Amino acid sequence: MVNFRRFLHKFYLGLVILFLYAPILVLIVLSFNSSKSRSKWGGFTTKWYSSMFANDTIMLALKDTLLIAVLSALLATVLGTVAAIAINHMRKVPRTIMLGITNIPMLNAEIVTGISLMLLFLALDLNLGFITVLLSHIAFNVPYVILSVMPKLAQTNQSTYEAALDLGATPLKAFFLIVLPDIFPGVISGFLLAFTLSLDDFIITHFTRGATVNTLSTLIYSETRKGIKPEMYALSTLLFTGVLVLLILVNHLGKKSDNKNGKI
Amino acid sequence: MKRKSTFLLSTPYGLWMLGFTIIPLVMILYYGLTGRNGGFTLENIRLIATEENLKALWLSIRLSLLSTLLCLLVAYPLAMILRNTKFKNSRFMVMLFIMPMWMNSLLRIIAWQNILERRGVLNTLLELLHLPALNIINSPAAIVLGMVYDFLPFMVLPLYNTLVKIDENVINAAHDLGANNFYTFTKIIFPLSMPGVISGITMVFVPSLTTFVISDILGGSKVLLIGNIIEQQFQKLNNWHSGSGLSLVLMVFVLISMALVGKYDKGEGSAGVW
Repeated sequence: MVNFRRFLHKFYLGLVILFLYAPILVLIVLSFNSSKSRSKWGGFTTKWYSSMFANDTIMLALKDTLLIAVLSALLATVLGTVAAIAINHMRKVPRTIMLGITNIPMLNAEIVTGISLMLLFLALDLNLGFITVLLSHIAFNVPYVILSVMPKLAQTNQSTYEAALDLGATPLKAFFLIVLPDIFPGVISGFLLAFTLSLDDFIITHFTRGATVNTLSTLIYSETRKGIKPEMYALSTLLFTGVLVLLILVNHLGKKSDNKNGKI
Repeated sequence: MKRKSTFLLSTPYGLWMLGFTIIPLVMILYYGLTGRNGGFTLENIRLIATEENLKALWLSIRLSLLSTLLCLLVAYPLAMILRNTKFKNSRFMVMLFIMPMWMNSLLRIIAWQNILERRGVLNTLLELLHLPALNIINSPAAIVLGMVYDFLPFMVLPLYNTLVKIDENVINAAHDLGANNFYTFTKIIFPLSMPGVISGITMVFVPSLTTFVISDILGGSKVLLIGNIIEQQFQKLNNWHSGSGLSLVLMVFVLISMALVGKYDKGEGSAGVW
């Protein structure tokens, strides 16, 4: 009976995993398909993996996607960490107001956020392009950084910071030597979350990019009607495997160092 | 002194939020409530009452409610199993359910097109098994499937995060006091997981209600959701006023779910794991 139950649990997990990974499997298979049509198998090939580097449109979109993701995550992390520290020191009422406003971009519909930012940029007479996409990405990333840093700040001990000040450290020095190391895991996870969200965003980029700049997502969307270039499958397979390997490595290393420290 | 530095630290973020969150929303309000000549009008809001738009809104509400319910039904047992099973590496197991998000989400939806097509992967498999073919591509059913697929992790994460926090002793106490599994679940586990359920529901409902991408790709532009109508107002018809008016209507639903979150969520449940 217990065994049957365990089997059912494993079976259910397997089914959901199959559901989640089936499309990914399809994309990986398509990246090795020598036929350009996605509904026909034309034999195994790796040519898309070499030709993607020669495809200027894809490479430019990749460059802009990564640049926007890194820059927006970095700037959002700085802005969000400073904001989290400030909010942490606020009295109850301003704190509630600030956290309420912080929630808006996270809970609002992406299409509304995208449209509202587009209207703002056009009202300011800014040309839609790289800068407006970057600003928009920072805007929807900052709240997630704050959300990651706040819990860590709540765990830190205010007295250590004050002790540093009493011992003659400037506030800035005390922050970098005392507070930052304490909240660093939160800062890093905020950065990673922001990076991931920016990398995968389509809707907000769609409204704020104008006609001059393409990210991988907007490029894919513009190709949906006329057919996705097989190089795109190759590139995303490569990116996905890269992340997979990285995660397994981090997981493996993390376990090793955990064992050494005797922590979970 | 301390007040002053808090004020100084909060100024950049305060200004940022004013400029990039509040003012943009006021702009939607402004465009939604004015006509092309600049005068005040409710004409843009009233657009929602046209037959085509009302149909799209109603369909969006029905499909997003259905996909939210399906997500909850799929994710709850999953989160329970992840909580109860002692895997050697439970963090990795949870990772396994987030990892698909690292493949571009548009491409994954496009891959579903491949799977569901008339002569696609699924029907080829069904044919091999001598089963009848399934023709759901370009129908609301395919859109619901796409929504469940795309937003399932957003339901799994908050549910899992609240479920792991439930103290095993509370459950054991219920058993010791004579409650069977059913009672323990309905009286103890489910009520304690409520913050996760609520935050999962809003995290699935709002994006499903407002999507235009999934319906565009899996509905084959035959099925229009309210998101598609708004997107067309901006990108094809260039009518910011009517698009903003319809966005305002959409925001009413978003506000309702925000209020729900505010009531139940106490800063737990969301995000995490990263």
